Amino acid sequence: MIEIFSLSTGTGSWNPVVWLIALAVAFIVVLVIWATGERSYRREGGAAAPFLSGNAEPEKGEVQIRAGNLYWGFTEALSGYYKRLVPLHTGILNDYVLWFLGTMATIVLVLAVVR
Amino acid sequence: MIANLPFIAVTVIALIGIVVILTRKNLVKMVMGLSLIEAAVNLFLVSLGYRNGGIAPIFTNAPAGEMVMPTVQAMTLTNIVIGIATTALLLSFVMLVYRKYGSADAGVMRRLKE
Amino acid sequence: MIPEIIIRNAPALLIAVPMLAAFVTPVIAKAGNGVMKAWALLATAVTAAIAGIIAWQVLDFGTIIYTFGAAAPGLTIPLDSGGIPVRIIFTIDAMSAFMGIIAAISGFAVCLYAIASEKRQTGQEMFFALLLLLEVGILGMVSTGDLFNFFVFLEINSIAGAALVSYRIRGGLSVEAAMKYGFVSTLGGLIVLTAIGLLYGQYGALNMAMVATRMQFTVLDGIALAMLVTALAMKSGAVPMHFWTPDAYGLAPSSVTAFLVVASQASLYGVFRIVFTLYGGIVQTLDWTTVGWIVIVLGVLSMFVGVTMAIPQHDVKRLMAYHAVSQTGYMLLGVGVGIALLGTASFDTYGIVAMEGGIFHIFNHAMYKGLLFLTAGAIIYRTGTSDLNRMGGLGHSMKWTMLFFGIGALAIAGIPPFNGFASKLMIYESVYLFNPLLAVIAMVVSILTLASFVKVFHAMFMGPKLPEFAEVQEVPAPMLLGMGLLAVIVVLFGVFPDQVVAGLVEPAARALADQGAYIASVLGGA
Repeated sequence: MIEIFSLSTGTGSWNPVVWLIALAVAFIVVLVIWATGERSYRREGGAAAPFLSGNAEPEKGEVQIRAGNLYWGFTEALSGYYKRLVPLHTGILNDYVLWFLGTMATIVLVLAVVR
Repeated sequence: MIANLPFIAVTVIALIGIVVILTRKNLVKMVMGLSLIEAAVNLFLVSLGYRNGGIAPIFTNAPAGEMVMPTVQAMTLTNIVIGIATTALLLSFVMLVYRKYGSADAGVMRRLKE
Repeated sequence: MIPEIIIRNAPALLIAVPMLAAFVTPVIAKAGNGVMKAWALLATAVTAAIAGIIAWQVLDFGTIIYTFGAAAPGLTIPLDSGGIPVRIIFTIDAMSAFMGIIAAISGFAVCLYAIASEKRQTGQEMFFALLLLLEVGILGMVSTGDLFNFFVFLEINSIAGAALVSYRIRGGLSVEAAMKYGFVSTLGGLIVLTAIGLLYGQYGALNMAMVATRMQFTVLDGIALAMLVTALAMKSGAVPMHFWTPDAYGLAPSSVTAFLVVASQASLYGVFRIVFTLYGGIVQTLDWTTVGWIVIVLGVLSMFVGVTMAIPQHDVKRLMAYHAVSQTGYMLLGVGVGIALLGTASFDTYGIVAMEGGIFHIFNHAMYKGLLFLTAGAIIYRTGTSDLNRMGGLGHSMKWTMLFFGIGALAIAGIPPFNGFASKLMIYESVYLFNPLLAVIAMVVSILTLASFVKVFHAMFMGPKLPEFAEVQEVPAPMLLGMGLLAVIVVLFGVFPDQVVAGLVEPAARALADQGAYIASVLGGA
């Protein structure tokens, strides 16, 4: 019965129903482990507050890492690639048309002349 | 050679239109270049239908002889109407850009980049 | 229980219902805003029903032929025409029906969403009229069997799309985006028309099946193929002609962006229709590996450049637009591998699977990308900003939006059990057998996609509640319903992919690859 739900990709098969059942089983195991924890723990009253060597905790909005800084390492590592790619996106309409016609000329050459 | 003259004219007009789009920065001139390319395509379509020594494709009281192809004339009319709508829309965009940005120059209209 | 006359004329109704509804909308708006919105919603719902009827007919009984202006829908060749189908013929095979369903579902969800999201704008009757016209353009492009009719619907798409992009003027920014989109699209349309003129001048017919029958691959035909493929690939956002995509998608109203994605995919359908059906019969002079590799190169470039340009973005809709470019690359890669293997023995082993993966990805992409753009629109509706550097902590107050965004983000990254994983798995496995390097690039792009959306999720929803967003609450119900419809489809297609592939995608892929059946259904045998 489970077989009717499996997608065959020619070289293998993928059955999402079996995967979901496995996920549910894992979730139940996690729930059982979680239920054996300490029931009287409460988060309020400073139990989960950060300890910064006695200094005052700064305003929440100032320590939130914004999106622009999240992947600094990635963009810095590929800076050679980005330095060449990003200036190509000039925003000038003439360049948009130039890229379009250039690509079309290349493909026309490949298809009609080189064959 | 003389039979190819319309197609040579098509190529010349289209090339002028393409050069105008690629080199002129004024948005109105770019839209005019697009209009030139459209005129070239219309001329191309109409001259495709011509048959040597043909008559107009009207059946009423038609003299004997081969008729030119009417399908391309219908295609050209449709394209002219599409061109009207497109040119009107693009020119109204240019008007709005001029009103909001203060200039109708493609080098200035580049607040959206990268 | 459905009247016979509706089933018989369904292809004409598919175009007529939204078109008439579009033209009547400004008149109905005189009776009040609520009446107009109900009218638009009713029109998209009826169109969705008709698309469903057509799909059911096509999958049960084969290709539907509808000849406009003939005594009966099946009379394609008039008796005194000398064997040429002179009228405009809608040829709806399984692939067209597939794209029609995508457009219809998307149109309904977008209309439902736009009822609430455009509440504060003026000129709403024009918005809904243009939205219905855009739906007409998409449905016409995917249903028609006539080359010039295809061009006319392509232009309807471009004009309605450009007008909708500039709907909210926003200090001129969206007008700039619309100008760029309209200009490049019109140029593309003129190039398509030139190619159609070249084909007509040589073969004297505009019907796709007729041109395919008479096709001998001359140099002019090669030029026409190159022009058509490039112009339509530009309209669908392939690199290196993709520069208009972030501008137009980023500044249109979010409901329009979700629908523009479907319009781009209709152009992608155009590429496949031209390559497979128009030029599909030539085996002696056209080298299929060349054409396939051109499409594959466009696909790989789109995938990689799209995702790497997306990562440093800080405007949420521009980021998602670059991801749309990247996902288009997946579809081009899958079907490109299928084209490269056309006619060889390995087409039936893994070539058809690659095509099915690419085509399934079209449906999945329309659903999850539409969902992502609609959630971005919901965020912008409540917070007033689309800059990721200024958002944060919205998960406390916008729980449904966070759930829908999570579903969409996991689907686009190809995480099981959502639908993105199913189609990407098919593409990976079959492309790996073709060339391992391409599959590796595809997987790396998938990882980078996940990285990018983790960034967006963190920036928008995670973190403490920020004081400037203290009074933000959940979006109105129509927007949630529109997003919910797409999210339910994303989840359902992910949990039951085999039913979808066997029932919808495989007939579409086989119909696309089988040129003989297409010609036979139009010209009647032999």
